[in-house]
This record gives sequence, C-alpha cells and structure tokens, in this order.
Amino acid sequence: MWRYAIPAVLLLVLGAFFYRGLYLNPTVVESPLIGKPAPEFTLPDLENPEGTVGTEDIAGRYALLNVWATWCVECRHEHDFLLSLAESGMPIYGLNWKDERAAALEWLDVLGDPYVASAVDEIGDVAIDYGVYGAPETFLIGPDLTILAKHIGPLSTPIWEARFAPLIESHHGAR
Amino acid sequence: MIPELGQFALILACCLAICQAALPLAGAQTGRRDWMVMARSAATGQFVFVALAYSVLTYAFVVDDFSVRFVALHSNSDLPLGYKIAAVWGGHEGSLLLWSLMLALWTLAVAAASRSQPLEFASRVLGVLGIVSAGVLLFTLLTSNPFDRLLPPAFDGNDLNPLLQDPAMVAHPPMLYVGYVGMAVPFAFAVAALLTGKLDRNWARWTRPWTVGAWIFLTVGIALGSWWAYYELGWGGWWFWDPVENASFMPWLMGTALIHSLAVTERRGIFKSWTVLLAIAAFTLSLLGTFLVRSGVLISVHSFASDPQRGLFILMLLLLISGGSLVLYAFRAHNLEAEGGFRLVSRESFVLANNILLVIACGLILFGTLYPLFHDAMGAGNLSVGEPFFNAVFLVPMLPLVFLLGLGMHAAWQKMNPKTLIGRLRWLGVAALLIAVAFPLIAYGSTGVMTVVGVTAGVWVTLSSLLEPVSRWLDSRAVRLTRAQWGMFIAHLGVGLFIIGASVTSAFTIETDRAVRVGETWEIAGFDIEFRGLREVEGPNFIADEGEFELRRDGEFIATLRPQKRIYRVQTEPMTEAAIDGRMARDVFVALGEPLGDGAWSVRVQYKPMIRFIWFGCVIMALGGLLAATDRRYREPVRERAEVKARVGETAKQGSH
Repeated sequence: MWRYAIPAVLLLVLGAFFYRGLYLNPTVVESPLIGKPAPEFTLPDLENPEGTVGTEDIAGRYALLNVWATWCVECRHEHDFLLSLAESGMPIYGLNWKDERAAALEWLDVLGDPYVASAVDEIGDVAIDYGVYGAPETFLIGPDLTILAKHIGPLSTPIWEARFAPLIESHHGAR
Repeated sequence: MIPELGQFALILACCLAICQAALPLAGAQTGRRDWMVMARSAATGQFVFVALAYSVLTYAFVVDDFSVRFVALHSNSDLPLGYKIAAVWGGHEGSLLLWSLMLALWTLAVAAASRSQPLEFASRVLGVLGIVSAGVLLFTLLTSNPFDRLLPPAFDGNDLNPLLQDPAMVAHPPMLYVGYVGMAVPFAFAVAALLTGKLDRNWARWTRPWTVGAWIFLTVGIALGSWWAYYELGWGGWWFWDPVENASFMPWLMGTALIHSLAVTERRGIFKSWTVLLAIAAFTLSLLGTFLVRSGVLISVHSFASDPQRGLFILMLLLLISGGSLVLYAFRAHNLEAEGGFRLVSRESFVLANNILLVIACGLILFGTLYPLFHDAMGAGNLSVGEPFFNAVFLVPMLPLVFLLGLGMHAAWQKMNPKTLIGRLRWLGVAALLIAVAFPLIAYGSTGVMTVVGVTAGVWVTLSSLLEPVSRWLDSRAVRLTRAQWGMFIAHLGVGLFIIGASVTSAFTIETDRAVRVGETWEIAGFDIEFRGLREVEGPNFIADEGEFELRRDGEFIATLRPQKRIYRVQTEPMTEAAIDGRMARDVFVALGEPLGDGAWSVRVQYKPMIRFIWFGCVIMALGGLLAATDRRYREPVRERAEVKARVGETAKQGSH
C-alpha cells in the first residue's frame, strides 16, 4: 500500500527545504539589477515642474537614488540621516514615488531637503524599472551609471557604513 | 540560588519525561504491566517539576532578578506587576517553558481521564506525549535555557517589548499555546491507535472531546491575536496573512477538518486512516508553527528568535516526531478497515467534501507561506507573497465550503433523498440571496459583486444554522436537540456571523489619513470628529502624547476618544495606541500618526462597519465547541462508574440486612 507512504515522503521533501532555508538569510533581497546599468529615465523635476531630472544628471560621480513619498512613515525615520549624508557631500537624488506634488513640497519645506533634485514618478513606471518593492529604497549608482548596491527600508549609519561606504572606497582605491 | 533550583527542576522534569516515554511504550509492547502503570506517576511528576521551574522563572521576574539573563532581556523594574508575570512568555526561552507547562497540563488531564480506557492503550498515549515532552524539554535545556545567568548582573532590565504590553497580548500567547499543544493529544491517540493496530468507535469517542477542546483554545487564541493586531499595530486591519498568523491558522484548519472527520469515525466507523492522518497533520503543523516562528526561516513582524542552531534542533524534532509517526502510518494504516459504506448524498459525503476543501485551503496557505523559502532554496533569490495572493486564493476553496456547509448540516447519515434536502433549503437560499442584495444597499447605499457573494454566503450559513433550533422551538412536540447538536448549530452560526462581518467590513470600510490641528472638525461616514486637544500623559514606563477627539453624529455627542502615541522609556520605539468607539454595528477607530510640525498631526480615522462580528463570530464558534465537547456521551464512563458504585452500595446494604 504505497499510497500510505505519500505523507511521509512529502514531509521529507519539506524538511529538506527547511534545512536549506536555515542557512539562507531572508532579510537580504538581492536585486538582479546589481552590477547592471541603471535603467534610464527622464522625469519632471519636483521643485521645477518645467525642468527634468534623469539618469544623465546622475552620471559622472557616485550618487544615491532614494525612493521616497510623503505617505511613507519609514521615510521620515531615515530623513535625518539623509540630511546629514547630504551635508557630508554625498549627492542624493530623490525619486518621489506615487505622491502628490503639493504634499511633497511641503514635506521638504518642513523637514529639510537632502536632495540635489527629486524626480516625480507619479504613475510609478520608473519604480517598476528599478524593481521597487516599497518606500524607502535606496540605490547606490556609480559614475558609469552602474547600480552598485540597493537597500530596502530606512537607511542609517550602520547600514551605510556596512554596505555602501566600502563600495565607494574600494572603487576609489582601484583608481 | 533560586534560579538554579528552577534549572534543576527542569532537568528532573526532562528525566521524568524520558521515563514517561520509554517505560510505558516498552511495557505496552512487551505486555509488562508494572512498566505500563508507571505512565501516570511519571506524568504527574513531570507536571510538578515543570510547574516548579515555571514558578521559579515567574518569581525571578517578580523580584526583578536581573542576574538572570532572560529576565534582564525582557523585564524592567518599572514594568507593572501584571506584565512582569506575563513577560515570562514575552521571549523565546520563557515561551518554550510555557509550551512545556501546557503540554504537562494536558498530559495530566489525559492521564486522569484515561482510567476508563484499556491500560495498554492509555500507556501508549501517555508514552507518545512523553516523547513530545522530552523533545521540547531537551530543546529548552540544550539551546534555550531560561535560567542562564548574566555576569555581572544588569543594573536594570531591557524592558518587555512595548508591543506586548497590552491585555490582549497577555492572554493571546497562552491561549494559542494551549491550543497548539492540545493538538498533541489527538496526535498521541492517533499514534497509539497505529501502534495497537486497532481503531474503533470508542477510540473516536475518547479522542473527540480533546480535539474539540484544543480547537476551542486555538479559535479563541487566534481571535485574540487578530483583535490585538487590529488596535495595537495601529493599521486597523484584522488579518495580515503574516507567516506567524498563518502558522496558527493552518493547525486550526486541520483541527477543524479533524473534528468533522472524527464525527464520522465515531458515528459510522469509517474514514479511519484519514482521521489518523489529519490528527498527525494537525500536530505537525503546530510544530511547524513553532519551527517557522523560532528559526527565522521566514521573517515576520513578531518572530523573536532567529538562530540556525535552534532551528536545526526543532527541525530534527519535527522530523523525528512527525516523520516517525508518518512512517508508522505508512506501515500500519492499511489495517484500519472501514466498517460500512455510504451513498453520494449523505452526511458522510458532505463531511468528506468539507475535509478535502479545508485541506486544500490549508495546503494553499502553506504553499503561500513557504513559497519565498522554496524560491530562495532553489537559488532563485528571495521574494515575498502578499495579502492579495492569500485573499484571492483562500476564497477558492472557501466559497464551495460554505455553500456545502449550509446543506450538510441538514443531511442524514448514510443516504438521503436529495430532493428532500433541496426542498427544505431552497427557500432559505433564496432568502439569503435577497437579504444579501438588499441589506448593503439599504444600510450602506452601495454594493458590489463580491459583497453580494460574501453576504449571501454568511447569511446562508447563519439561516441554515438557525433553521433546526428555531423549527424545533416552534414545534413543541419535536424531539429536543442534544447538547452536541446544539454545539454544531451554534458553532456554524458563529461561522455565518464571521463571514457576514468579514464581507461587510472589507466592502464598506472607510479609511482616512489627514493632517489636522487642534480645533478642527471633519466628517467621515456621517460622523463629525473634532480634534479637541493634546496633552502629555505619563505611564509607569512610558510617556505619551494623548489626543482628545470628540465623536458626534448630527450634532449629538457620542464619545470622547483618546488615542495615544507612546514612547517607552527603555526601548524608545514609538507605539500607537488607537482609541476605538466600538458598537456591534460599527467601530470608529482613531489613531495618532506623526506630528507634522506647526501643531498639525497626521490622524488616521477609520469607519469599520460590523467588524465586531468577526470576533463575536469566533467567540460563538468556540461556545459551540464547548457545548459539543461537554455532551453527555463523553461523560458516560464517569456516570457508569457512579452507577456501579451505587449498585455496590445497594448490595452492601442488602448484605447488612
């Protein structure tokens, strides 16, 4: 009566997956974009609706692309860190995702503006190209427009020092 | 010194659990009576020592013994006494100890009730429970000792996670654990039946009340968790398909299938191997729940320990206990012969359909919960499966299930003329559909396809559950319902109310987030809400901004709501304490968001019609279970014994004449 053995076999298969799962870290979601060229975009500038912000503005130096929105609570938590980072000279570009212009401008006015410029992605097309799960997300983009790293969730000093800063230094060192 | 006593008690409990596992099982196999009778005393002893260890840990919390690592990590001298006692299960090590305590309690109850069962069978049941207990106690002692010392001792504790400092959260884990662990009892009965090679209707009669008992606690535990998530996480949702929630829901679904399958086995002596398999599956999923939460294999908002070593131990335990029983099942299940057959239209068929659909639902949730893991383990990277997947997929087996449920309650055993069944229920179905079309339009002024489908399903089950009790109440000559039948109808009534609540809430909830200043008034769903003021309040271990909102309808005062934004002093995480004006017909939910500067605050207000029906429905389900589990026929052995005593007494009296 082989059919009575089916449950035991299923459990064994499940067990094998669990064993494998124990040694994987589910909090690291590696983006398939890492090491690939950043998807190109040109979008309206938040503060100057006539003008545009795009990948060509970012090119030429190390820069951050930070996905944010006023409806995003975690974005508020990382805001102070972004301000201090901008002060230290790191160029940060914003991707204002599925947001209202007026609310976004008020946010920057009240909390301070860490961004060189913010691109307005009202329908979220560019966010899809970048594989954005939710806000906040931050991409480190190299001078040749290669995506070097991605962080999901609010950025903070420990994460910056562990995951982003070494990449910038190593590239500097190689030069 | 006292914590070491606790540790010593735990080691003794573990030794006794090993005795309780080894001797009775070996005795039953070799027919040695003196070994078999050890089961009860070992179970009693084990309970005493686990309870002692548990009390010692509680004592360490109460007296703020921060030289105990676990206490230092999860308590603080400012924590109110009630939360200090509850903090025992606020972390991994202590909650394992609670698990063991619950298992020891169930074992003790099983041992006490087993006197009417054959000694060989009772010994095997207690032996299997002993294996589970020994495994969990070893796990506690080897990987997660709650009595580990911290040297030098901490000056003050790290405080209990603020999310857990809440009355519902105090009650939720123990309830859930009683339920989880209770599933070990039908599991032990099932394995004992496989070992004996005999499974008769008496077996089903012994197993049923235990299964329903565990299921009641699971039901209440899950409902409490949902209620807690609703007002404490500050989002206003009541179910998130979070891995940990799913981990508690899957054993519930299996347990529900098992209850129904057991009913058929008791009544008709069929579905035997299937019932055994469900009993094993329900407990396996309970263990899996522990595995998922403890190992960090899946991330979730409320898993506390992520440690591969612990995960590996639980995995081995799972493979040993569930794998072992399934291998036994593979060899023995064909011995369990059916004692009869049944026709296509019969109570049996409906229960079979119920079982298949519940197992499919459980399988889909298991798949959705584990899919990220499969994906990752195959090297395809990590991803997550969200609420939309579960919401859509869960409906597929559930809709036919509730339709059949309304019919199945009224089907006769063995065979039934389908025309009689349809004739009785036809008008009920039409009425349900009419109510479902009219009610949302009248009450909320709009409707939609899913709303009509959902409300029809809910009203259909509700009316169908009421049909029999009401018609018997109207007809004074009718035979009265037994307590078990009452239980069945009431539990199903709970299901109907739950479905109505869930459908209406998801269709007509109004959510608004807006920036408001003190003095502003705004309108939501016909209510006026005024932001009256803001003040700072101080709790025992937190400070909070407390908003005062006045709720009015047509200018008439309804309630004052005071939501808080708390900052706990030690763990500086901000916490949202929503304020809710709850009525049976609707909730108005106010939560303070963030200060936006210039005295403006973001405020979330939600209007949730009939959301109380969700938890009320669960309570009714549990009540139905309680009635069913306490039916006379489960108490009969006791009565028989009382009769025998009475008879013996009479003979004695006659003798003295």
